[in-house]
Amino acid sequence: MTAVQQQPSLPPLGAVYRTRAGVELKEFFRQRESVVFSLALPVILLVVFGAVLDYDIGLGIPFTQYFLPGILAAGILGVSLQNMAISIATERSDGTLKHLAGTPMPRSAYFVGKVVQVLATTVAILVILLLVGRVFYGVGLPSGTDWLTFAWVALLGAAACTLLGIAVSSLARTGRSASAMITPIALVLQFISGVFFQFSQIPTWMQTVASVFPLKWMAQGFRSVYLPDALAADEPAGSWELGRVAIVLGLWCVAGLVLCVLTFRWQDRGTD
Amino acid sequence: MSSPTAVPTASAAPRPDLPLDPEAAISVRGLVRRYGSSTAVDGLDLDIHRGEIFALLGPNGAGKTTTVEICEGFRRRDAGEVRVLGQDPATGGRRWKAQLGIVLQSGAGDSQLTCRELVRSQASYYSDPRDPDEVLELVGLTEKAGVRGRALSGGQRRRLDVALGIVGRPTLLFLDEPTTGFDPEARRQFWSLIRSLRDLGTTMLLTTHYLDEAEALADRVGVIARGRLVEVAVPSALGGRGSAPAVVSWTEDGVRRTHDTHAPTALVAELAARFGGEVPDLAVARPTLEDVYLRMIGQPTPEERTA
Repeated sequence: MTAVQQQPSLPPLGAVYRTRAGVELKEFFRQRESVVFSLALPVILLVVFGAVLDYDIGLGIPFTQYFLPGILAAGILGVSLQNMAISIATERSDGTLKHLAGTPMPRSAYFVGKVVQVLATTVAILVILLLVGRVFYGVGLPSGTDWLTFAWVALLGAAACTLLGIAVSSLARTGRSASAMITPIALVLQFISGVFFQFSQIPTWMQTVASVFPLKWMAQGFRSVYLPDALAADEPAGSWELGRVAIVLGLWCVAGLVLCVLTFRWQDRGTD
Repeated sequence: MSSPTAVPTASAAPRPDLPLDPEAAISVRGLVRRYGSSTAVDGLDLDIHRGEIFALLGPNGAGKTTTVEICEGFRRRDAGEVRVLGQDPATGGRRWKAQLGIVLQSGAGDSQLTCRELVRSQASYYSDPRDPDEVLELVGLTEKAGVRGRALSGGQRRRLDVALGIVGRPTLLFLDEPTTGFDPEARRQFWSLIRSLRDLGTTMLLTTHYLDEAEALADRVGVIARGRLVEVAVPSALGGRGSAPAVVSWTEDGVRRTHDTHAPTALVAELAARFGGEVPDLAVARPTLEDVYLRMIGQPTPEERTA
């Protein structure tokens, strides 16, 4: 009984992906709040904390050299987890997502656009922080195989936090409430995960809490790049535990992906 | 005013036994949607022909948006059959969506992109889109092409929503309260846009609160109340308007007189003869669309009470 109409063709996938990537980059870089919040804040923190907390953490290493890997991890957390949670919650509550769901845009294109946005902003924040660390505080760039470690920690951390951010976006009703929910959590994680303070100085129970979440492992992975191996003795396990860093971040990727698939909604709750 | 119409026209009577119309742009039979204990849509039947503008009128909460969003594939249904361009919207894929244009009541969201960028990005989701600049011209946003979406006024934003809805060259266009927030001039411009789209063969399902809008645009009007379609008719015949008695009124001996009649011409001729020329304050009126609409949504007809 169904009269099948002549179905129109669809544009090539690659073209739509390019469109969405462009849309997401413009949406991010034109919004002052997101640029200040995600890109400028970590730089300000690096400059201010670097200037204030300029003490020797042992072996003649200044705190800045400990702080830089931490703020790199926090910077990635900001452009991935915080940015995704807030921007997607906003787009869900203001009708952007519902509008897109009513078009023939392949749904994968939306996520491709978000991934491109996170990759671009991750590269941006890392480059800026590396340069500021180098120029203002003389923290050298990684060398040799350290670049490899740097790259996989950044990539795996960004992936885990992006997926987690997309999943968390479904918990909030609006972008504002997403911000109110995720900002304090991120701040607390930064305090207990070895970003602003040395992880070894944090109470054990807080270390245990921090060990559940990705930030602690990202910061630890980056420290292995910036600190001499002798300082690995200060870590809870007495080593950099790069294998465990990879496993925990990988598990968060899997958990985040499952949560995304289970919870992602294209419209507000209760409007289907 | 005449007594409430007790008998809905044949086209609005529930006909769950009637098969879906495969030729119709939209065909709905026995549609039901409940939210918790309340029933938003309660056995609705509807056929929208290809090429027509169909206006769905009804008070808030009557089930307009629920019905439209089920047809668009956004909401699920509890019972009934729906075909939109031959496809069940619950399982419609991308090729089906490529034939639709959807202007949601909630709009298309906030954006940092300019109008031109937004229309261009929307166009890229379709294989044969309209020219984005022509579309902006069509909705009267050419001068705002370089302005960001979030910087537009309410009426301009609504026109942008319409631009996004039509850039994919839809066969069927859904317009859910498209002119809310328009000033009278913008509404007139919008109406001429809708008429030019109809001339291009676009089928449109329009929901609106504005009776003059339905009367000006629609080929047929459906009135929805308490989740059911209580009548479908051409605007001039809605609620028996075409056959309702005319009300002739005039002033005689300083007193306002009114008379209901099916033969107003004869009465006017008689008055003219009696007054020997101009009849003071003469007026001949039919019930307005608003009169019949308010009557239709005001109280349930006997059929509905027993249904």
